[in-house]
Parts: sequence; C-alpha cells; structure tokens
Amino acid sequence: MATGVKPRVKVPKTATVGEVITVKTLISHKMESGLRKDEVDAIIPRSIINRFVAEFNGQLVIEVAMEPGISSNPYFQFESVVPEAGTFRFTWYDDDGSIYETSKEITIAS
Amino acid sequence: MISRRDFLQIGMAASSLVGAGGFGNWSRLAAQQRLTQDHLLQFEAFGNVTLIHVTDIHAQMVPIYYREPSVNIGVGANRGLVPHVTGADFRKLYGIADGSHSHYALSSDDFTALARAYGKVGGLDRVATVVNAIRADRPDAILLDGGDTWHGSYTCHQTAGQDMVNVMNALKPDAMTFHWEFTLGSARVTELVSGLPYAALAQNVFDAEWDEPSNLFQPYRMFERGGAQIAVIGQAFPYTPIANPAWMFPEYAFGLRLERMQQLVDEVRAAGADCVVLLSHNGFDVDRKMAGEVSGLDVILSGHTHDALPEPVLVGQTLILASGSNGKFVARVDLDIRDGRMMGYLTRLIPILSDVIAPDAAMTALIDSQRAPYMAQMREVVGEAGSLLFRRGSFNGSWDDLICDALLSWHDAEIALSPGVRWGPSLLPGQQITREDIWNVTAMSYGATYRTEMTGETLSALLEDVADNIFNPDPYYQQGGDMVRTGGLSYRIDLSQPPGQRITDMTLLASGERIDPARSYAVAGWASVSEGVDGPPIWDVVERHIREQGTVVVPPRDHVRVIGR
Amino acid sequence: MRLTRRSTLVLCGGAAAVAGLGFGSASASALADEIERFTGGATVATGLVSLTAPEIAENGNTVPIRIAAPGASAVAVFAEGNPLLRVATFRFGALNPAGVASTRIRLAKTQNVIAIAEMADGTFRQASTFVKVTVGGCGG
Repeated sequence: MATGVKPRVKVPKTATVGEVITVKTLISHKMESGLRKDEVDAIIPRSIINRFVAEFNGQLVIEVAMEPGISSNPYFQFESVVPEAGTFRFTWYDDDGSIYETSKEITIAS
Repeated sequence: MISRRDFLQIGMAASSLVGAGGFGNWSRLAAQQRLTQDHLLQFEAFGNVTLIHVTDIHAQMVPIYYREPSVNIGVGANRGLVPHVTGADFRKLYGIADGSHSHYALSSDDFTALARAYGKVGGLDRVATVVNAIRADRPDAILLDGGDTWHGSYTCHQTAGQDMVNVMNALKPDAMTFHWEFTLGSARVTELVSGLPYAALAQNVFDAEWDEPSNLFQPYRMFERGGAQIAVIGQAFPYTPIANPAWMFPEYAFGLRLERMQQLVDEVRAAGADCVVLLSHNGFDVDRKMAGEVSGLDVILSGHTHDALPEPVLVGQTLILASGSNGKFVARVDLDIRDGRMMGYLTRLIPILSDVIAPDAAMTALIDSQRAPYMAQMREVVGEAGSLLFRRGSFNGSWDDLICDALLSWHDAEIALSPGVRWGPSLLPGQQITREDIWNVTAMSYGATYRTEMTGETLSALLEDVADNIFNPDPYYQQGGDMVRTGGLSYRIDLSQPPGQRITDMTLLASGERIDPARSYAVAGWASVSEGVDGPPIWDVVERHIREQGTVVVPPRDHVRVIGR
Repeated sequence: MRLTRRSTLVLCGGAAAVAGLGFGSASASALADEIERFTGGATVATGLVSLTAPEIAENGNTVPIRIAAPGASAVAVFAEGNPLLRVATFRFGALNPAGVASTRIRLAKTQNVIAIAEMADGTFRQASTFVKVTVGGCGG
C-alpha cells in the first residue's frame, strides 16, 4: 500500500439551495507512471490512483478514470449544484487496492 | 471617447534639439551645451494626477554606463515597430538630434564618445532628486516600481535584497510588482514582501497547490488623487517559473491570467475607479497585445524588456510607457482624469544623467551605508576594459562574449552558453574592471557554472527551443529575454521559419567543422534553472579570466548570421 | 525533445525533461485508434465544449487544464504527444450539469491536448488547445 497518502478537500461550509459551488480536492501520491526507468535501466512499476469519485448525498457529481498522464498529487476542481444540506463524499482508488476516503458536510444558509 | 485632440504630448523631441550640431566631436559639443538639472526636469504640471514610474533597476544604486541595444529584433506584428527600432532609425523616428543627450540616453551608436561627453547615468540618489522635484510639483504623485529591483549587484546578492529594500523604502514608493525578486527564494520573498510599507501587487501570482490568488500579494490598490480614484493593478512576470528556477519558489504559479485581469478591471471600475493603471512586468510586446485584449486599461507602465521610449505608445485608448532599466530613467506621467475617464496626458521620460542631476544627500548617505561593509571587496581592481563591454543585443554583446570565453577557458569546453539576460551595465574602453563590475553582470542566486556533454542534436534542439521563446511571432509565447549567447559556436538563424526550423549551419569555431548531430560536445554554461548545479560560480570564472588577460579586448563578433528579419 | 539525464543541466531556462512520463511517443494512427475507442467511430464536431490550458506550461509535469462541457455525460482528454495518449476520462453526474472540471496533467513535450465530449444525446464534440513545453529561455 502506498504510504503517506493524504486527501485534502475544500468545500464551502454553507450554500443556498440550488447554488453552484466549486469543490477542490488534492491527494498526495507520486503517481508512478510505469514508463520510467531506474538507474540500472529497469522499468519502475506503475503505481497510480486510477479512479476518483465525488458524490453528494449518494448522487454522482463527478467520476474520473485516471491514467498515468495525471500529475503527481492529483488535483481536481469541479462544480456541483447543492440541492439540499448534506454530505460530499470523496473516494480515490489506488492500483494497489487501497481506497482513500474523506467527506465534508455542507449546510444551507438561512 | 478620448479624442486625440485632447491629448498633449511632449516627449524628448523638443528637449533633444539642444546641442544639435555636427556629427562626430561629441566632447566639444557637450562642453558647449548648457544642460542643466532644471532643463532635464522642466515640466509644466498637467491635469490632476501624476504617476512616477521606475522599473528594472536591477539593484544599480550608483551611477553606471548603460548602452541601449543596436540590435533589437521584433517579429510578427511587432516587426519594425518600437521598441524594435534602434540607432539612427530610432532617432529619426522621434526627431532626436545626433549628438544630443537623448541620442546618448536612448540609442546606441557612438556610445563610447557620447558616454565620455555626457558621463554616467543612474544612481538612486539622483533618482531621489528627480522624485523629490516631481513631488514638490505634485505632492501626491504615485510612485510605482515595476520590479526587478532586488536583484543584480554584489551588495544585493550579499544582503539577499536588503540593501535595495532599505534604499527603495526611503524613496517611498506606493506600489511594486515582481520578477527576479522570486529568485531570492520563497522564504526570503515572504519575509521581504510582508515587511513592505507599500503595496505588493501581482494579480497573476497564485498559490500553486490550490490555484488560488496568493495571500502574499494584492491584485490592486486604489488611490484617491486629485479628486479621482486611481486603481493600480499589478502584473508580475508571467513566465517567472520558466525563465528562472521554479524550485526556488515552488509555492507559486504565475501565467498571464487574462481572464482575471479583465475581471479586476471590471471590478475596480464598478468600485468607482476613474482611471485604471497596470503596473506590468509583462515585457513590451506582451503589454501591447494585452492592451488590445483587455478593455478598460488607461495606462500600462511596462517593464521587463528594458525598453526606453521617449513617448507613450497608444493602443486603442491605452497608453503604454516603457521606462528603461538600471536606474537610467524616471518616467513622469501626468493625467487629466475627469468624469470617470482619462481626458488627456502629458509624459516625460527623464534621463538620469548623473553629472547633471545633483544627488540627494540623504539618499547618498543611505546608499553609502549599504555599500560600506563591502567596499574593499567590491572595489578590488581585476583588470581593464580594452574595448567597450556591453550586454544588450538580440544575439550577443561583448560582455557575454567575454563570459563565454571565460567559460570555455575554465571548463576546457568546446562550446559555451550564456543566458540572454538584459541587465548589466557597460564599461568604457580604458575603464578599470572591478569585482563589482563583474558582479553587476553576473550576480544571481543560481550563478553556478557547469560542464556537460551534449550531442549536436540536443544542442540544436536547445537553440531552437530558446529561439522560439524569443522569436515566436505571438508575443504571448515570448519570454522577453534575448537569445542565448554562444561561445565557440556559430550558426545561422532564419526568423521567418517556423519553430524547430530556424537554426542551421551550426559550426564549431575551433575546427570550422559543421556540428555533427550524433557527436558529443563539451559544453560549459551557467545559470541553469535545474536544482543541484554546483560548479564554481560564474563571477569567479570571469574574474580569473580577466586577471589572466589583464586588459580585455573583445572585438566585435559575427558568429550569428541572421536572416528573415 | 529528448534530453539525456546529463544534458538536462543546461543554461538559464534549461529545465529538466518531463520526469514523470519516461520516454517514447505514440504514432498518429494510434491517436485516431484511441479516440475511436471512446467515440466508437462516430463523427466528432467542434463547439459546445471548451478546453483551456496555459500557452506555455510552467512545468510539463503539472499542466493545469480546465474543461467545460455543458450537457456532456462524459469527456475524455487526450495528449497527442504523450507515450500514453489517454490522460483521463471524466463522467459528469446530474449535479454537475455544466460539465466543469479542472485537473493537472503531464505533457512530455510541446503538443496539442484534445478533449472529446460525449453529449447527452450520444453525439460527440471536441476542443483542443496547443501547449508549449519549453526547456529554454531566459527573461529580462
């Protein structure tokens, strides 16, 4: 399992009903492409996060199938409509089977 | 709409007529002139707002010589336009008399003779005198520093910019933007910028991790002057992490950020700005293109490319001013701002002729105190200039030829590469070369030299890549430096060709043989943006070379053949 | 541009080659094949979808891109000069109807980046942008 993998997300604490907010996510990961060679010309095995999913109250916001062309420490920024108060859930899937998860609550501004 | 009729302009043209006469005997002519400080500063206050612009000082606190380029090639839509006009063509364009002080300050030919007649330029104590005189006339003038201020000298390097911060603080600028300052490293930048008693402006400096505007800088500052609201937006050099070592400031992302620029112009207008000024480190051609794409900018104070133009260039209704470098000029811009718009302007690019403008005593004392701890080291004489040493030119300058020679010699290399930077004063034939003079053209935080093996193919790809960063017809792909200088290598460059096909006829000068794409060559250079280069610093390499030569004569070289201009 | 490990120590502006991807590049026909795997061979029109990236990458290892594809169900991003052409495939849920997303990608060299969107009605749209990845240059 990859070590030191840490997800971070930025979600506004509140929104109005129907508001379109911007969500940002970062996860520390070297995203080894599987295309590089080491000092003795041996291929360094691929080790990447290959899938990212963001959901709100169980509804899909965005899903990304990731290839080795995604930079290390993968970053995503996207929009989401906020239909109600609830929870954003973010999940990253690693080649090695690891799953990294985090979530954020959002409330409705009165 | 501003009508042209409302505009009042005086450039250097009128003043340059003083001293006009026969071509050739400048010393005598100069002696006959009665050029005075009052004459240089003569200006009838206009309108209700005054801007003062200084830029690209590169830590030059004391007077120096600085030769403008004789070769400054423009490409694409900018071909043949200022600032890509030099020498006699430039003087003709602006009506500058041969032999006048404007000829000396703004163009390049007869430089040595004119320099002997008119003396050195710059010196921040002279700049202080000029700023004080303008403030006496217009007390609330806004002083704006376009950046590249905390870089470029022995003392600036030793104090990590503190000398320049101290001296500039005494000038009391109202705002500043940035480029080479970042090469002090993020920690030092944070320390210096957070302590500034004036606005640090850069709308295009972002936090690299979250892609959000950096907290260290503000996008703009509003000033209330003469009953008008003046918004000054800052633009740092957009390509800082490409042209300089990004590993020294990994926290920051840059870029042109045109969308945000337009949003900010709209935002400040909505907030009541009557006039919008861009304090820019884009470089002139980028500013000219941006002026046509971002609407609502009244004035662009342009920096980075070190151009000095005696009159503003007008793009639509946007004025662009280019105010030189190395402390050689101060630009005064008087504006008539009424009813939420710019009704007219009057500008003057004031050459800081250091023998004519009296130094400000307090500033002289402050500068001396910054330099005092280093005087013995700096003033050590290393050799003598046997010919004019200058840097500017699209392809080479004698300082860089000398630096390449030093690299070839120290590293026993076949080919030398030296970056096409535009800073660095000139030395006249017969002048002693001090250690300070060497640092003036080499000081940087990544001055280590290297020796490496490079195939002919790699070398060619490298020259092509750099050439495209200078000569791409689209200014947004230009980085505003000059072409990388080569030692031991000649080549032909066709500027009319597309990227990757401009460079041909690469020849090793030592043997006269064509460069073989498959062969490996010993290449020496300096100022790599890669981390971990640890060869001897360039200033030591150059100092040893000059000591060996004693008197350094660098004859004109023509190892770059330029076609398609 | 291929730079050996040794020759990345170049002048001012001489950044290292894009380290994350290794070397090699795909052929033009491989790009067509890769796109066809996403579109199933359907005609691809332009318009309605946008792809933005900087003119010059500050670092080929991490180039910011932004896609906006209102009404798209999915967007695939291709880097025509990379050894692996497909970079990512975005699928948008009902809560992101504007199809707006940004990420950072590796670009091995100067090249076109292409975004192809599958619209809700099953048609395809594309946008592309040219990004320069430079090793040289020295400002001011």
